[in-house]
Amino acid sequence: MHKLLTDQPGKEMLMLGNEAIARGAIEAGLACATTYPGTPSSEISLNFFQISKESALYFEYSTNEKTALEVAAAAANCGVRSMCVMKHVGVNVAADTLMTLAYVGVKAGLVILTADDPYMFSSQNEQDNRYYGKLSGLPILEPSSVAEAREITAEAFALSEMLQEPVIVRTTTRINHSTAVVPLGPIQPPKTRGEFIRDPYQYVTVPAVSRRLHVKLLKNIEAAAALSEKSTRNFITGTGNLGIICNGVSYNYVTDAIQDLQIMDKVSVLRMGFSHPIPAVLIKNFLSSKEMVLVVEEGEAYMEDAVKALAQEAGLTLPIAGKGKTLFSRLGEFDPAMVRAVTAAYFDIPYEPKAVPDLTDMPEIPQRPPNLCAGCSHRAVFHAVKKAAEGLDVVYPTDIGCYTLGFLPPLSMGDFLICMGSSSGTSGGFSRFAGKKVVAYIGDSTFFHSGIPGLINGVFNNHDFTLIILDNRTTAMTGHQPNPGVDMEELNFPGYNPIDIEALVKALGVKHVAVIKPFNLKKSIAQLKEALNFKGVSVVIAKEKCTLYAKSLKQLRGKPFYVSDRCKNHRDCINELACPAFYIADNQVRINPTLCVGCSVCAQICPEHAISPLKTKEDQ
Amino acid sequence: MKPKRLIIVAVGGQGNLLASRILGEAALLSGVPVRMSEIHGMAQRGGVVESAIIFGEAQSTIISDGEADVLVSFEPSEAMRAMNRCNSQTMVITNLSPLPPFTTTIGRGVYPDLNSGLSLIRKKTGGLITLDATDLALKAGNVMAVNTVLLGALIRTGILPLSAENVRNAIRTRTKKATVEVNLKAFELGYEAAQIV
Repeated sequence: MHKLLTDQPGKEMLMLGNEAIARGAIEAGLACATTYPGTPSSEISLNFFQISKESALYFEYSTNEKTALEVAAAAANCGVRSMCVMKHVGVNVAADTLMTLAYVGVKAGLVILTADDPYMFSSQNEQDNRYYGKLSGLPILEPSSVAEAREITAEAFALSEMLQEPVIVRTTTRINHSTAVVPLGPIQPPKTRGEFIRDPYQYVTVPAVSRRLHVKLLKNIEAAAALSEKSTRNFITGTGNLGIICNGVSYNYVTDAIQDLQIMDKVSVLRMGFSHPIPAVLIKNFLSSKEMVLVVEEGEAYMEDAVKALAQEAGLTLPIAGKGKTLFSRLGEFDPAMVRAVTAAYFDIPYEPKAVPDLTDMPEIPQRPPNLCAGCSHRAVFHAVKKAAEGLDVVYPTDIGCYTLGFLPPLSMGDFLICMGSSSGTSGGFSRFAGKKVVAYIGDSTFFHSGIPGLINGVFNNHDFTLIILDNRTTAMTGHQPNPGVDMEELNFPGYNPIDIEALVKALGVKHVAVIKPFNLKKSIAQLKEALNFKGVSVVIAKEKCTLYAKSLKQLRGKPFYVSDRCKNHRDCINELACPAFYIADNQVRINPTLCVGCSVCAQICPEHAISPLKTKEDQ
Repeated sequence: MKPKRLIIVAVGGQGNLLASRILGEAALLSGVPVRMSEIHGMAQRGGVVESAIIFGEAQSTIISDGEADVLVSFEPSEAMRAMNRCNSQTMVITNLSPLPPFTTTIGRGVYPDLNSGLSLIRKKTGGLITLDATDLALKAGNVMAVNTVLLGALIRTGILPLSAENVRNAIRTRTKKATVEVNLKAFELGYEAAQIV
């Protein structure tokens, strides 16, 4: 049995934040879960995926976040509790649905989980999704700890049903990827059968209907504000005259700072866990008894701006601060020492930071950046494109996935990246104005997610670029989740209909389509040359299963290679491919046989033919 | 209980996250409050994986620079890189077996001299324990047991409020059945090898 289905209320379990969130939803009787994978949210859905195998839970990896939210919105309007999980930038993709879904509302609880990523551990921006609450009018709940993440997720379903609106649960990486002890609650059996009752004057958002629905939404925001005023998720600790208002993980750093600075009697803390709509009365009352207030929040001055406006309304002139040069930054994530130092400085409390050793005489440590794996087919494609494009002046738009790492030297394949799917769209603009040949990269999952419209745009508007679809048969970057091209039978999930990328691309009207096997370099280079020479939109599909994925499916067949004494130390292998299986010993190139998977790409480019498969006992 | 803060640094694939889970489970068995966090976005692609584990009465799940009570490194150059996490009282435990980053192979950096680097660590911190955890893991029966070897050395210091027996119990429940014996042996070898130098 899946550990998150353990039916022992009160039992304590060590859980990752993402497991606690999944557990909270299961306890609330979740019936339908949808997602597009994205760090730091991915393990929530991975758990749902596993649970769906052994329970009545319906789960799907949707094509993108917009589709995921639409599936969940329909399910919730059929009366079953639903959840839609995504990373922060995923909400941008789902935003069109989100904004008007707030007008339409829901019948059963719908929880939208957004996992924000301050410091961008694995994201392209660090946008603060609390503004989506304000923008859409939907309530936002924010946990401060792993244990609270379980409670808040479960409560969010009830709140959603009370208001008949979706509820946004907003986490940050340090909730999702922290681990702590979580007491289990009882599991409510899910209602898995839905029914849709037709009511077009509520559900079909033509202007006349939406004008009425907007009025309803504003009423719901008022109702939510009243609930926020009374919510136990907004609470005050301590009784001092100095005030701190904080949310999320900042609350932990504040709590520890107050202990460390021994100012328990001086400071009182307002922790905001129901952060949209903001509880105006609660905040005004808090401010009225304080001499000065510090707002501690990662990201933007979301609460600070609101608190200052409320102080003005209440005619209060106490100092209120949060973001500023000598205070907190809008950049990155906070840490305990930072919060301790700013708190001490702002409230003028004596504080001596711990002495840190002088490190100026430490040797420089070589960087250890993430790298494409040994035997990664992307490396072979990048090398082949480089060879095929020799003599051409090329701009390489790239996209989001493992292959983004190809922008690093020596491969240097990646010149422009904004967001999921941007490679095919930007290629149109580059082909018109860059004055260069345009060769764009996109992965299979990203292509399905949002790359297809850019390709259609290129065909219709007669742009001139080559789109290389790096079809490694999985969503590798986030941990090998399925995408619409994946063979689900291999994963023992029958009943799916995988999409054939080649047939799809041809059906879109692309006139030049080639499928290459990237580990066959010579043929790949020839096919790529043809595609690059084609005037108009051409597509090359590089089809080779992700090595790690193949390994997990026990499909790796290759034998490791070795460097023989024919090697004359040209080092083309290392300098052009930078495969991590290579190392240098006694000034000679060597291959680590435990890393090498036998893709043979290095053997194909060695000018001395010095790289061969290792002979095993069976060969002799 | 005054919090004890532990940072573990390793190279992706060395089993850092499992080591953290074992310690977390041992804390749960010992009734010690525990919170931890990890950054592992690119773990499978050869990057550095760092975990922070806080035992005792604290709410934070991360550890600020200079505030680790113990640093455990699965690779010696990573111990040097993580020196900003230490203060003059920090106990440092490191594996001596190097895993040079790929950048040194392609000429973008030079692997540091171990002897001088380690003596600098010794000078700047509260103590240094070194052991060839890779060799001991092989002796225990599997190179993948580097993590449990280092857990043995860590528990030997007595800095964490965890008994060796609870860590052994956590190893029994948290590692794969087929590897329990190897991991327990690795834990003992690390425990015996830990000497402050």
